[in-house]
Amino acid sequence: MLQFEFMRLAFLASGLAALLSGVTGWFLVLRRQSFAGHALSHIGFAGAAASLWAGLPPLAGLMLTAGLGGTVMGTSGARQEQHDVAIGLTLAFSMGAGMLFLHLLNGPARRATALLFGNVMGIDTPTLICLTVTVLAGLAGMALLARPLLFLSLQPELAEARGVPVRLISGLFLGLTGLATAACAEVTGVLLVFTLMIGPGATALRLGLTPLAGLAAAAGLAVAEAWGGLALAWQSDAPVSFCIALLSLLVFGLTTLRMKRKNGDVQNTQF
Amino acid sequence: MSAPPAISCHGLETGPAGRSVLRNVCFDIPPGTVTAVLGPNGAGKTTLFRTLLGLIRPARGTLALFGQPVKTGRRDVGYLPQTRTPAGPTLSGRTHILAALQGSRTWGLPDPRGPAELDRLLQELGVSSLADRPFGSLSGGERQKLLLVQALLGQPRLLILDEPLAGLDPAHMQDVAVLAGKLAREKGLTVLMSTHDINPLADVTDQVLYLAGGEARFGTSDDVLTSPVLSTLYGCPVEVFRTPSGQVFVSAGRT
Repeated sequence: MLQFEFMRLAFLASGLAALLSGVTGWFLVLRRQSFAGHALSHIGFAGAAASLWAGLPPLAGLMLTAGLGGTVMGTSGARQEQHDVAIGLTLAFSMGAGMLFLHLLNGPARRATALLFGNVMGIDTPTLICLTVTVLAGLAGMALLARPLLFLSLQPELAEARGVPVRLISGLFLGLTGLATAACAEVTGVLLVFTLMIGPGATALRLGLTPLAGLAAAAGLAVAEAWGGLALAWQSDAPVSFCIALLSLLVFGLTTLRMKRKNGDVQNTQF
Repeated sequence: MSAPPAISCHGLETGPAGRSVLRNVCFDIPPGTVTAVLGPNGAGKTTLFRTLLGLIRPARGTLALFGQPVKTGRRDVGYLPQTRTPAGPTLSGRTHILAALQGSRTWGLPDPRGPAELDRLLQELGVSSLADRPFGSLSGGERQKLLLVQALLGQPRLLILDEPLAGLDPAHMQDVAVLAGKLAREKGLTVLMSTHDINPLADVTDQVLYLAGGEARFGTSDDVLTSPVLSTLYGCPVEVFRTPSGQVFVSAGRT
């Protein structure tokens, strides 16, 4: 299958998106912000649809709105219960706005389908270059933020007392998550961003590794699931997004079973 | 010249979001002593601690730690927040401690290696075997001891412990209380710990700070835990009973 240019580009793009999605996903699951990650993809959908309507590349709108949305969400400092309501309303409105722009665009339905469910086999070289820059910048940002973000995620009150800039770090993290969401949406579509973002992160956390090893495992699993999904889709003719989602669920389920047998239930495991 | 008090507080009025939870609070806590901060829920114990940590700016009054003004991020203050459901239950206790140690000082990727001071403290407090277990698999008392190690890293002079006995069984309560007393005696640390029940701390406490009705009384247990003082603080009749073994019980409602 690698003899075809579109498949080589698809493997490169999905591998890159998976790297950043795995790393940000590990932190999203640790911080119990999976819902926020899900909402960012929907906010990105509205931006992508607006970009298409304005005659711009959809990836630009996706990145801009998801990145900005994440930064605003993170720096708002709202409590979790306030967050959930605000995120739920924003998510619903974003989907509605996205559908409005697609309606105004009056284009073929495949454009909406590509945004919602991904079209990794249709990625071209300029998009791949844009993805590469985004992913490298995102990974550099995550590497810089990792220590204070980990502290803030595990012990928020203590971090605040020690002078960690809580809102800044939270805002930067969700901003980077927005970028990861945009990259991931190119592969899985906005509706299935969870497959590459939450599945590998949750699986890696189940393994009880050190943070560095956990982040590497999350990134590695995400790449393996993305490439495995592509290969499976090639062989079975099933949609790529479905194959990646299936692998993500299987790996998480099997890991959970194995760790339960090994350690028993770890108290308060909420993911 | 004598050393300044560990905590010097005069005419303090403070509270979150501009509210006045505490008014005209005055006390001087000598260095190297253990102080129990008592009072009902909502009396302002955590508010006082957050003010001492520089997280709430007082509306009035003066507040100094070892003669220096309060501010966030002071290296000479160790803090143990109230225990809540831990995030990252599958991560080890060591990871939790190292995250706090590395996350407040540096940027970059987490380093799984800790300083020699960490292993020494884990051994000293007898919790080396707990550090590598998943944090979520530890009991409340075991978690408290590990987090106490974390609070002690960096050789603080003042240790602020917010409800360290909450949810613990009597044996673990006793362990944590004894440990606090030992730290004050052997390391010269000033320990400030909030609790609902003075009895587990009775043997290690040098003085108590009782908060109620927005006000505070400071002194020895015998001076503060009396019916007249607490009745004044609560604004209603309060009886204080002492058993022959020295245990103290507070009861409201009798005239």
